[in-house]
This record gives sequence, structure tokens and C-alpha cells, in this order.
Amino acid sequence: MTTDQPRVMDRLLFGDNQFFGVNHMSEEKARSQQMRFQDIGAVMKVLDIAYDEGVTTFMCTTHERIAEVCDLVRASPQRYAGMKFFPCMPYAHKYANAITDDGFLGAIRKFLPDEGLLDSVMRGTSSFARKDIEGVATLLIDAELKMFAGLSTPVIWMQNVVADLLLGLGFTDAFRIFADHVRLRYGAEPAFITMNLPQLLDALEVAGVENPIVCANINKLGFRMSGGIEAYREAMDTRPFRAVAMSVFASGAIAPREALEWVCQLPNLESIVFGASSRANIVSTRDLVNEFWPAGS
Amino acid sequence: MGLSHLSMIRTHPEVRMVGVCDATGYVLDVLAKYTGMPVFKDFVGMLDQAKPDAVIIATPTHLHAAMVRQAIERGIHVFCEKPLVIDPAEGAALTQLARERQVITQVGYHNRFVASFQEVHRLLELGTIGPVKTALAEAYGPVVLKPAGRTWRSQRASGGGSLYDYAAHPLNLLTWYLGEPIGVTGRLTSIFSAQIDDAVVASLRYPQGTAQLCVNWSDESQRKMSTKMTLWGTHGRIYADRQEIQVYLRDTATIPEGYRPGWNVRYTTDMTEAPWFYLRGEEYSAQLAAFVTRVASGSLDGENDFASATLTDRVIAAISDDSAREAPPLTPLPTEGELRPPPVVRRRGVSAAIALVRQRARATLRAATGKDRP
Repeated sequence: MTTDQPRVMDRLLFGDNQFFGVNHMSEEKARSQQMRFQDIGAVMKVLDIAYDEGVTTFMCTTHERIAEVCDLVRASPQRYAGMKFFPCMPYAHKYANAITDDGFLGAIRKFLPDEGLLDSVMRGTSSFARKDIEGVATLLIDAELKMFAGLSTPVIWMQNVVADLLLGLGFTDAFRIFADHVRLRYGAEPAFITMNLPQLLDALEVAGVENPIVCANINKLGFRMSGGIEAYREAMDTRPFRAVAMSVFASGAIAPREALEWVCQLPNLESIVFGASSRANIVSTRDLVNEFWPAGS
Repeated sequence: MGLSHLSMIRTHPEVRMVGVCDATGYVLDVLAKYTGMPVFKDFVGMLDQAKPDAVIIATPTHLHAAMVRQAIERGIHVFCEKPLVIDPAEGAALTQLARERQVITQVGYHNRFVASFQEVHRLLELGTIGPVKTALAEAYGPVVLKPAGRTWRSQRASGGGSLYDYAAHPLNLLTWYLGEPIGVTGRLTSIFSAQIDDAVVASLRYPQGTAQLCVNWSDESQRKMSTKMTLWGTHGRIYADRQEIQVYLRDTATIPEGYRPGWNVRYTTDMTEAPWFYLRGEEYSAQLAAFVTRVASGSLDGENDFASATLTDRVIAAISDDSAREAPPLTPLPTEGELRPPPVVRRRGVSAAIALVRQRARATLRAATGKDRP
């Protein structure tokens, strides 16, 4: 189902898994990527290539090393005039580790700002005491997004680990809280990453988040498409949302041409997010997308 | 309560969630307020009021035994997080009680639901690499990276420590692959923790070979927990982690369908079906799905039942016990006087060998008793 809202996203978004040793196929490959990208200079080099080849949106986690990328981009406003960030939050590993160290409540306290404006203190302490999740949640969102201050962040994502946890728990209010806060405070479009597309669309509808931007694994093999490939196709045909496809190559199991040809003909596709470490792969992905999904179509 | 267990099971199409229990009232209140779930602070009260068919127990390990018993005595099927209990005798008693009451049991060793680790099991059952002579079971991760921590995981009596929390996984795979060991030795090492172990090494002896365990949860180089298994047989070698299985087969191996002599690589992503709901890995969904299927069909036998988890608990206990024992000291070196070069013996052949053996025997005797003759 198509929507008549103006397009806010580029067709191709550049992801960051390759920079942080996330590889769904091989631990060896993940480690060699970690080694290659341990200097932020190596990350910037690839981002520069992507930017210069016209892939100017960086969809990235709120990993602490992304703060270094943000600093470098802020320092050269001319060089990166058209650069957009699509932050994905939270970076879940740091919360998982903190929960191990400090327990559930301790971890939440740890990430709440411990100094700052009266506003934060009021939102934090009183809402914490009232068991009002809205105050705490919005504070955590602000803490996560601090590193992007002054940069263009037209779309802000909730990571799948959190979105799917909340989805499973039936905590649908949290989606509305996130959407409202991102819209009001950042003037950005709220967006959600999920491994359970059809179920999340139901929950977002209940939460009253209209025409949401949702990113999910969408690939010819049905890899990590919970509920099955048919349910995904049906959702794309009939549901009012803007789809962003990730894992289109199913972690390398589908050849790029075949993978992109399949995904580009899907209805209601707004963008594709992909990761690459070389100019050759960035350029060939861009060219294949231009071939199968001509501009204006 | 485990939040992720709750999130996954609540969405299962054949499950109706009738109650959640946790010791942290705050979390329960937030859940009740925002999701409307029926919540309980008292576990037994929940069992009696909500009357569930089955329960998932995800609490600190030292609380498992009493809670599991309460459930079994009411005929409620139990999925319990790993390790099952701290005292293996208790595990054996619960296994028997569950049998008597016809209660279905399962323990959360999720690696047995990872396609690559399952493929290892299948190949070993087929005898593909022949008898396993040596094996290496590893787990590394970034859990304890500084002297800190005040939760149950930092107390050994509560089931904390890398042996219970981390080593349990590779040990469970070893018992799956190689069965019951006939001898176990091990050592626990603290790196940052004051009261618990952060690393474990162990040797397991089997009738046909040996296995080594190496575990360290203070390894910052890992992004998250990584479990690896390597097995060497007379006809080849198998390596597996969560992502892939790499198999080297010699010409002497009976080659299974789809394999060939030399290297073979299979990826978990290619061997795994998408589950009904994905939260943190297909295997977590798959193990709960298996439990639900077993409960629905009434099948007492199944992967990771209490009997199988108790074997893992016994190996864990054996490592813990052995670690408390004095290790044999290094073989002493000869004293200063004994280090003088022996007189040159100009004998050859058998008589030379006999002379050498006598000479060494005397040196050993001297080192042990200080005398030349017994």
C-alpha cells in the first residue's frame, strides 16, 4: 500500500554493522572487521567513500565510537554539508552489561543524567517514583542522542532488541511515548527496527503511531523474517507503513544482483540499508539499485 | 522472571500467559500498569491462584530447586533456566519426582537449538569423524571487566561465577556430544571478582579420549559471549560456533550426504527457519517452542530434560570440587650434587640401555627419598 507522504529518506542508507564486528555468518570475519576498523580513521575513510558516491545517510547505532564520527563531521561542516544521521537507539550491549553489574533498576539509574537541568531531575526522579515510564524513557532517549547535537537527524530509530522486547511484553504505550518525544523534541520522524514486522505493525496501530517507518529483514530467502516471507509480502501490499529493508543479501547468502532485483520490485519500499567496506561494493550496490529501482518510480 | 522469556512466550500462538512473578515489586508494578498482565509477588501464591499448566523459572540458580519442587508437586510442567541446581543430588531427586508426577521438564541450554551445534551432534551420531580422541570446549565474553558487582551473580553460593554461568554452556555441549566423562579435573581462577571465579580450565576424561575446557568471562576483546567447540576424531576434525560449522574430513571418513573429503562449511543462517517471534536469536525462541510442543503433546522425553541437565550439573560440581583440592606439585629437580654429569659409559646396545635405566631409577629414588636403595 502506498502513501502520499513526501519521501523523507534516501533510497540507500549506509549501515554500521561492518564497523563494529557484527557479522551474522562468521565470527572470524567479524573479528577481522573489528581489527580493520579499530581506528576511527578507517571508519571515516569508508564513510567518505560512501558520501562521495552519493550514499549520504548514515544509519548508525549510538555506540560510543559513533560519537567520534559525530565530532569529525561537526568539525568539517563544508565537507559534510549533505550528511544525514539516522541514529538507532539504544546501543543495547551497554545496558545489558550494566544490568549484570548493577541490577535492573541500578542500570537505569546509571544512564540517567546525574547532573544537568532542573527539567531532567524533575522528569527523572518524580516519574521514577510514580512508576511513570514516560519521564524515564524520554530522559534515556535524550542521553542516547546527545552525541548527535548539531547534526541532521531527520529519522530516529528504536533498535530491534528494545522494540521487539516491548512488542513481546505488550508494552505498546512505549512506542507512542518514543514517537511523540522524537517528533516534539527533535522534529524527527520516529522509526522502528524489528525482526517481527507483521506483529509490530499491529502494535504500532494500537499505539496510534500512523504510517510508521519500519525497518526489517526483507530478503528473497526469508532469512530472519519471523512469521514468514508471505506475511511480510502481505504486510507490504496492504498495510500503511514505510518499509526499510535490511539484510537484503541475507548475510551474503544471496548474490547482490539477485537480492536487489527481488527487493526493489516490492511494493511500498522506501529504502534499503546496507553495509559495505569497499568502494567497489558501495558503487555496485548503488548502481544495481539505480538499475532495478529507477528514480521517480 | 526473565523479561526476555516473558516477551517471547507471551507472543507464542498456543500460549496464554496467566501470571508473572518477580521479587522486584517496581518492575511488576510497571508491567501491570502498562500491559495489564496479572502479576504476583509470591511464587507459590501464583501457582495456586493462576493454576498454570506450565511455568518458566528464570531466577538466581540457588532458588531453582525449591521453586521447581513446588511446581512439580502441583503437576505443573517446568522450564527452568540453566544450570538446573547447585547440588547434583537435588537435581537427581527432582528428575525422579518429575518422572513420578509425569511432569515435563526442560532446562535452558539454548545451544542445543543452534543449527551449527545440532549439526555437530548429527555428524558425531553418524560417526563421521570416527571416535573423538580430543576436544576443546571454549566460551569467552566481556561480563566481568572490573572489580565490582553486587548482584547474585557475584556470589558463589547463589550460583554466580563463570563456572555456573558460562562454563555450563560448553560443558553441556560436551556432555551432549561425548556423554558422561569418567574423570574430571579443573581449576577456577578469579581475575577481577573477589568471591567468584572469572575463568575455568578443566580436563575431562572419556573411555576413548579427553576433552579440555577453557572459559573466561573477563575477555574484553569479545563483543558478546562466544561459545566454540572443536573435536578431533581419527577421520577428521569439526569446529563449530553459533554462526557456522567447519568440518575437515579425511579420505578415510564415511562421507555424509552433502559433504566431501577436505573442508566443508555450513552456516547457521542457512540451516535455520524463522521462528514465530524473534528476540535475541532463533535458538531462544526454538527452545521455548520445543517446550510448548512437548507440553501440548505430553512427551516426557525431549532435549534438555532434567536428567540431561543433571549430568551437566555433576560435571560442574566435579570441577568445583577438584578445584578445592591441592594440585600435585611439579616433579622436583635433582639436587646440586646430582646435576654433575654422569660418568661416561662406554657400553653399547642393550647393556647400555639397561645401565641408563638403572642410573635414572637411582636418581628418581634419590630425589624422592634421599637414599640410593629402598
